[in-house]
Amino acid sequence: MRQLHQFPGGIHPEEHKAESSARPIHAPFIPNKLVIPLRQHIGHSAKPIVKVGDKVLKGQMIGQADGYVSAAVHASSSGVVTEIGFHPVAHPSGLSDLCITIETNGQDQWTDLQPVDWQNMDPAAVRGYVRDLGIAGLGGAVFPSSIKLDPKSQPVHTLILNGGECEPWITCDDRLMRERALEVLQGARIMQHLLNAQTVVAGIEDNKSEAIAAMQAAADQLGFAVEIVAIPAIYPGGGGKQITQTLTGLETPSGKLSTDVGVQVFNVGTAYSLARALMHGVPLISRIVTVTGHVLGAQNYETLIGTPMGELVTHAGDREGTSGLIMGGPMMGFDVKPEAPAVKATNCVLAKSAELFPPRPRELPCIRCTQCAIACPASLQPQDLYWFARAKNFGKAQEYNLFDCIECGCCSYVCPSHIPLVDYYRFAKSEIWAREKEKQAADIARERHEFRLFRQEREKKEKAERLAAKAQTKKAEAPTLGSDEQDAKKKMIEEALARAQAKKAAVAPKNTDNLTPEQQAEIAEIESRRAKIREMAKKTIEPEKHL
Amino acid sequence: MLTAILVMAGIAILLGAVLGYAALRYKVEGDPLVEKIDAILPQTQCGQCGFPGCKPYATAIAKGEVDINKCPPGGEEGVKKLAELLGVEIKPLDAEPKPKSVAYIDENTCIGCTLCIQACPVDAILGAAKQMHTIIASECTGCELCVAPCPVDCISMVPLREDLPHWKWKYPVFKLKQAA
Repeated sequence: MRQLHQFPGGIHPEEHKAESSARPIHAPFIPNKLVIPLRQHIGHSAKPIVKVGDKVLKGQMIGQADGYVSAAVHASSSGVVTEIGFHPVAHPSGLSDLCITIETNGQDQWTDLQPVDWQNMDPAAVRGYVRDLGIAGLGGAVFPSSIKLDPKSQPVHTLILNGGECEPWITCDDRLMRERALEVLQGARIMQHLLNAQTVVAGIEDNKSEAIAAMQAAADQLGFAVEIVAIPAIYPGGGGKQITQTLTGLETPSGKLSTDVGVQVFNVGTAYSLARALMHGVPLISRIVTVTGHVLGAQNYETLIGTPMGELVTHAGDREGTSGLIMGGPMMGFDVKPEAPAVKATNCVLAKSAELFPPRPRELPCIRCTQCAIACPASLQPQDLYWFARAKNFGKAQEYNLFDCIECGCCSYVCPSHIPLVDYYRFAKSEIWAREKEKQAADIARERHEFRLFRQEREKKEKAERLAAKAQTKKAEAPTLGSDEQDAKKKMIEEALARAQAKKAAVAPKNTDNLTPEQQAEIAEIESRRAKIREMAKKTIEPEKHL
Repeated sequence: MLTAILVMAGIAILLGAVLGYAALRYKVEGDPLVEKIDAILPQTQCGQCGFPGCKPYATAIAKGEVDINKCPPGGEEGVKKLAELLGVEIKPLDAEPKPKSVAYIDENTCIGCTLCIQACPVDAILGAAKQMHTIIASECTGCELCVAPCPVDCISMVPLREDLPHWKWKYPVFKLKQAA
């Protein structure tokens, strides 16, 4: 018998599970239009590989994984691609994202499915298949499973199969374990093989006794060494860090993941999808969704990815007075539009009504009662975090380990002043992330600007060098002329000069004709004087030269 | 008396020598304050502060030649951080910050003159003489320096649209209901 441990805090909200847990999983129905978002997982959005007008088959890849942290998306039914564009998606912002719209033809015709021989294959190749078959964590975080199944950085000694399902109203994992336990455990066996984990433990909350029995029976049938453990039903006992502590007693350090203490946690739904993917080649095109709340017949539906959530609710029976839809549970879920499609993360669609979900009372001042600190499963000081987030003192909030908050909503649940505490933490977190991104962008801009200055400087220098080099070569070129050629040139110049002088000399002054003898004598005298002066000038220059 | 003077003088000389050596040995290249200020500035290199880039503005702030409120892209937040770093009073920005935008070149109008490429402080424009130019949007800081030099006015500033990867949770506010 495994020794169980208690994590700090936690609450006991009303369960509301009986509404939907009694009825079996409803077979999938094919909507007329499937809207399949390309970003259904954490990380990079998938890249579309089909065009408008293409005919697609059920299970055909329509979006390719792009980058390491990514997963592929597939057509959930056969039909024609009618649009690749922005469509409202399941996101707290209500914003649109890139989606592929398929008009279904009702034939539900499968593409060729190839089982993967995972036992005799290189684990890296198996992980490639996991990525291409679109497997991502179905517990809510939708982290691509191919990465979680890679134990490269930290050896994993314990694999935990998370059947906690602690959120009120949701029963999809419960029904899955009751009806399809065999495949869940087959998936766990593949995970154990890839992770090389010594122990496999399945933690299931003790309010799901039928699921526990079914899992135990399947384990016996398979002869698979898995410990099926009933854990106390405390919200948020199904959180990754919480279930790790409950089952192993290992506390995940601040800012780390459960893998850092050698534990890897997978949702039972992920294990089921992994088994279907590798053993039958079926990509992740459907999941089980609890449709409950203000509907006529609450039930779990095997849902094709891309089915509008409003249609699911219509199928379960619309009721008058529905005031909106929540995707996920009442604790961690968020409001969605009815036309938003169900995605890999959709574990529950909850129809709201004024009676079931009365509007939150007005927020009153914090009275520092510290109820929230008692309830916090991450041992944080929510009242201080609230104060810092409210004052936008983000540095201080980070100092108080804001990022260890799992946004479970226990603090908001117990707050007597009805303060939406988690909203403040989410606001602070996204502000800090945005600032971090801005800082990175600024660093890149600084680097680029500095490089530009450096480049301009370098170009200037290079230009100057080029000019200097050019001048140098010009100078160097002159003496390198052949001496013969030079002599010839010199000679030519001398000859030309001589010719010019001769010409000058030959030209006789025009006023020397018809002169009297006196005049001629006078000229001769002047000439002789001139010659004398010339002679003298030569003499006076010569000694100066020797100075 | 004399001994005391000699001892004091000796100590003074010794300490002076140590300090002098330390000043040479641990000489700080550049001004660390400039680096710290530069780290706060948003690096748009837009010149709205009147200096040719963020670093020159940081240098001027460090010398105390200019106010800390001349950087609209840094916003109130930037002024707050600078005030904190320098231990001075927070001042309101002297210009309204604009919404974050990136430049967009109308490629039908562009004549390929390369003037915008020469103006871009972060080399975020791609193109060559007589070839069409385009903005590398992910590198554009939205400084608007390329808008003025364009002879055919084909560059416009497009405010950034809020999309999923850039969406932020809003500050929680209680919606007041209108009284009937």
